[in-house]
Amino acid sequence: MAESVISLQGLELAFGEKRVLQGVDLEVKKGETMAVIGPSGTGKSTILKVLIGLLAPTGGKVFIEGQDVSSLTEEEWNEIRKHIGMVFQYSALFDFLDVGENVAFGLRQHFRLPEEEVRQKVDDLLEDVGMSDARAMYPVELSGGMKKRVSLARALAIEPRIVLYDEPTAGLDPIRMMNISRLIRETQRKHKVTSILVTHDMDSVYEAADRVALINNGKIVAVGTPEEFRHSEDPLIRGFITGEEITGATEAFR
Amino acid sequence: MLQDICTFVGAVILNFCRATGQMMLLFLETLSRIRKVSIKEMLRQMALLGADSLPIVLLTMLCTGMVFSVQTAKEFVALGASGTVGGIVAIAMGRELVPVLTGVVVAGRIGAAIAAELGTMKVTEQIDALRVMATSPVQYLVVPRFLAIALMMPVLIVFGNFIGNAGGYFVAHYYADIGSMTYLHSIKQFCEPFDLFGGMIKGVVFGAIISIVGCFKGLNAKQGAEGVGLATTASVVLSIILIFIFDYFLTVLLYVGE
Repeated sequence: MAESVISLQGLELAFGEKRVLQGVDLEVKKGETMAVIGPSGTGKSTILKVLIGLLAPTGGKVFIEGQDVSSLTEEEWNEIRKHIGMVFQYSALFDFLDVGENVAFGLRQHFRLPEEEVRQKVDDLLEDVGMSDARAMYPVELSGGMKKRVSLARALAIEPRIVLYDEPTAGLDPIRMMNISRLIRETQRKHKVTSILVTHDMDSVYEAADRVALINNGKIVAVGTPEEFRHSEDPLIRGFITGEEITGATEAFR
Repeated sequence: MLQDICTFVGAVILNFCRATGQMMLLFLETLSRIRKVSIKEMLRQMALLGADSLPIVLLTMLCTGMVFSVQTAKEFVALGASGTVGGIVAIAMGRELVPVLTGVVVAGRIGAAIAAELGTMKVTEQIDALRVMATSPVQYLVVPRFLAIALMMPVLIVFGNFIGNAGGYFVAHYYADIGSMTYLHSIKQFCEPFDLFGGMIKGVVFGAIISIVGCFKGLNAKQGAEGVGLATTASVVLSIILIFIFDYFLTVLLYVGE
């Protein structure tokens, strides 16, 4: 059985009186893509922000590759972040840099590579995500889908062992949604990365995920494979996947 | 009622103390990271924030020098003190008008631009993206801007003094009939190099204030376009207030009892 790369044990996070995460338990194994689904505002993106050190948990434990990261300093986090890539919901590309410079950013900041090698790597990554022609363009000139692809290339440039995706298909048309989902799957196969995919999009889950976790009211309420979710009779799971009014589920998601 | 007032006043004081403390921490962190500054980025910021401000600073100082000369020249000639006009204009420009007005102009142009740029980066998650990529926003964004403005302010002040005094001379000569030699001799008689250097020292401090306040307000912008707008306005207002407060203490420190 593969080892756990990410382990959340009773993870809690509160903003003042508001308890966003209320004891999240989740294990993500090496090389797998775990999708986290659930209604808006239930703490999906918050889990990613805790996993990358942008938010500090108020309770519970977080382990990344066996290391307890629940209370690290910013400098200690920076060492861990060098092995984690993140694709943001709205891409978060640096708008003062062109596409090539965005992708090369992590390499230039943390690796003393010859410029020729950096350029070659950027070219390869942009080719992988189908953005070779956009190298000299600025983020403001790109469509939403193009931004997501560049964001993925930027996340992969440092050859991370873990990739976190925050709603990578949000706001895209169905064709681009499927393209991004395939890219996520191809990335996992080619780079053997461990991934967490936060999404609302079940097609993306079926295409890219190995396992799925359903979160509601700050807790993981179900974990299984995409196939198990697809055929589940659990009213919570069916209610979220189909959006149907199912007794118990609709009330629970409110 | 009284309890509500006390709660409100307490909250205002707490917020003020918190913001002051956070700004001081940002300033100290910036100082601690100066030796690792990216020279390339600092030079880019110097061109962007400093050199591009030169035209508006020159225009402001030219007008200020001319106005100051208009206000003083004829009165002083009537009093038989035409030989002091050049010196008075030069001292006022060098010690006070150029540093303070350059600070105000740069706060309005550059402080606002920094707050808006960093605020937009904050609300579009670009600051988070920097942290996720193991890059300190203070190191990458604040330090080059801090050094760029602190270094460019004295340069702007030198140019501002030159053009301000030129404007003063022009008005004194053609409006109040003060001779060229009289005007220049007056400057030589009354002014000391420290009148200019003291102004340049003030410029460094004002530059540090503008950059730290602009960066702080930008990095702490609340979500959305409105938050960026509020951060921008707050940055300009706070910078200008701090410039005036610090100007008093710097003047006492640099010139009183000299």
